[in-house]
Amino acid sequence: MTEQIPEQLTGAQSLVRALEHAGVDTIFGIPGGAIMPAYDALFDSEQIRHILVRHEQGAGHAAQGYAMVTGRVGVCMATSGPGATNLVTAIADAFMDSVPIVAITGQVATHLIGTDGFQEADIRGITMPITKHSYLVTDVAEIPKVIAEAFHIAGTGRPGPVLVDIAKDALQSSAPFSWPTELALPGYRPTTRPHGKQVREAARLIAAAERPVLYVGGGVIKADAAAELKMLAELTQIPVVTTLMARGAFPDSHALHLGMPGMHGTVAAVAALQRSDLLISLGARFDDRVTGHLASFAPLAKVIHADIDPAEISKNRAADVPIVGDCREVIAELIGTLRKQADDDGVEGDYTAWTAQMLGIKAKFPVGYDRPESGLAPQMVIERINAIAGPEATYVAGVGQHQMWAAHYVDYERPRQWLNSGGAGTMGYAVPAAMGAQVGLPGEVVWAIDGDGCFQMTNQELATCAIEGIPIKVAVINNSSLGMVRQWQTLLYEGRYSNTDLNTGPESIGARRIPDFVKLADAYGCIGLRCDSEADLDATIEKAMAITDRPVVIDFVVERDAMVWPMVHGGASNDDIQIARDLAPEWDDQDL
Amino acid sequence: MTSHTLSVLVENTPGVLARVSSLFMRRGFNIDSLAVGPTEIPEISRMTIVVNVDQLPLEQVTKQLNKLVNVLKIVELDSSSAVERELMLIKVKTDPQTRGQVLETVNLFRAKVVDVATDAVTIEATGDAGKLTAMLNVLEPFGIREIAQSGRVAIGRGSRSITDRTLRTVPGAQAS
Repeated sequence: MTEQIPEQLTGAQSLVRALEHAGVDTIFGIPGGAIMPAYDALFDSEQIRHILVRHEQGAGHAAQGYAMVTGRVGVCMATSGPGATNLVTAIADAFMDSVPIVAITGQVATHLIGTDGFQEADIRGITMPITKHSYLVTDVAEIPKVIAEAFHIAGTGRPGPVLVDIAKDALQSSAPFSWPTELALPGYRPTTRPHGKQVREAARLIAAAERPVLYVGGGVIKADAAAELKMLAELTQIPVVTTLMARGAFPDSHALHLGMPGMHGTVAAVAALQRSDLLISLGARFDDRVTGHLASFAPLAKVIHADIDPAEISKNRAADVPIVGDCREVIAELIGTLRKQADDDGVEGDYTAWTAQMLGIKAKFPVGYDRPESGLAPQMVIERINAIAGPEATYVAGVGQHQMWAAHYVDYERPRQWLNSGGAGTMGYAVPAAMGAQVGLPGEVVWAIDGDGCFQMTNQELATCAIEGIPIKVAVINNSSLGMVRQWQTLLYEGRYSNTDLNTGPESIGARRIPDFVKLADAYGCIGLRCDSEADLDATIEKAMAITDRPVVIDFVVERDAMVWPMVHGGASNDDIQIARDLAPEWDDQDL
Repeated sequence: MTSHTLSVLVENTPGVLARVSSLFMRRGFNIDSLAVGPTEIPEISRMTIVVNVDQLPLEQVTKQLNKLVNVLKIVELDSSSAVERELMLIKVKTDPQTRGQVLETVNLFRAKVVDVATDAVTIEATGDAGKLTAMLNVLEPFGIREIAQSGRVAIGRGSRSITDRTLRTVPGAQAS
């Protein structure tokens, strides 16, 4: 064999070549001084499409949206200093929601690092607490190895953001290129295979339980374990709740699905957790928005906690049976063990009465809303979008009331149908994340369900969408206010609406319609539509569905006093769930 | 809350100390003492971290530490089965009348004098925390001008080494 002489490449070429080796086809970013050499090399890449965004935060969320729908690692790129710091919110968001992204930032030249050079920011230091791992590269020869490691770390185990900061001189100097065939990461060995003994112990508890619940989190979607989950639920007939991050992991249409638990969860999902004697937690993390007051959460339940991240297990709630592993492998093993247990020992749980009781509560307390005396109900807007666009479409929400309504009033039938900012609660997530999702799903329908507050934080990416041919559809649920904060002001601050009026509504409610979202859409080269009555609702949505060659923005002028129900107040026990203002569910004796 | 001594093996890479210390800060744990140094393997450094926490939060911090890519291994050393030492340099005021008494204290604690001036001596002492505190108490009446103290270092008793298994996974050190 003849030894091939490795090709000599500049750091910038090496970076692009490494990204190509990593399978990258799309990068969202903005060039600037320190990263310019990389952009010059990128100009020659036939494999990688670079999408020039209008703000680096948009690049970060777009990479997240791309990653969430494709299951692959998303990539964003920015220059040093403010370019890099503008990525911080998206990186933090990806960290909270375990989204695999690699953020590549230019850094000032090595000799300037630490001198407060122009556009210098210690982005590695800044992002240390919000990245899974991070690199500062000053040696050109390290670029391929670092990129290979970054993609491996971002995409395996519990996924997350990895930052690669590269000094400008490393991009400019040259070294032989070689793509590593092996990675030396002795301190990084995620456990994917569950421990057999733990799985057997879990199966034993499941068989012995009387009121078990499958408490399903986003990990099931990340692990592509939806099929296994369905099999487990149908095998055992145990009811299922899906958290905000897990909407779509189990079909909403399935009889065993009790809906979303938590602060704005369904009565059935919250009640099931509270009364359960066994929580089977799969890729969930007992977030405070799910548990409410922790000490009174699911007080009677033992806990089986399966997660790929051992640090999540027993973090908030002590687990009786901890299982570290990939959700798909855990569920598959659990199914096998439960079957074997039933066949060999005749041990099988019977939850018929419990499941029937919970399905009764589900039927008795569906999520619903009152139609306003005048004006458009925001919930109805979302219901109709769902009815017309269907489960084939992808739905991306911002943060606030519209997010909760989108979580409830869209029927999620498949994983990766629903994207939102769950852990971080980043307003402004929807438009750029929908853009990234649309790039990952060309030809499919992507709806951003946004609020008028959120929309104003990142709508500059409409320019990107219009120019790059990314035909997202944006439903602005416009209540002319920061609606969720306003709801809390109504309920907890005696209606003192301090700084929540955004004036995006019509004159009829005393607002000034600044900005006019239809005109704004038009200015960005998008189609702008407005709908303020039930009569026009379906026609407007259908019109938007028919437009496939450019982005559409619909200003849905909705009634501003609508509130998100059910609700468990912050810090309260889940037992104190309300289905409307000051209205607790009326339980029958048999419900309790 | 109880005091725990963690031996943490880390890859000897830039920024690893910042990662570890910022993790403690972010998760709300105070570090009582921290000592970092090389090990018998050039690619690996050893941190000895003393934290004052309850058992449950300790488990959480250990798990979080383990998630750091550059952290290879964490072992909690129990003082009954480990040797723990701290190093202290103490500058004590002396005059012709007190110097003799100070030197006697140095001998009693098996410490040594490493620098002498006309009106002060500098003492080097090693030992566990209890011994150093006791010695400081005795020296205090003479007038302590300055103290420099290291973090605690600790090593398990017996022949076993915590780097044994780690050795096999060091970058570049894999067989075959």
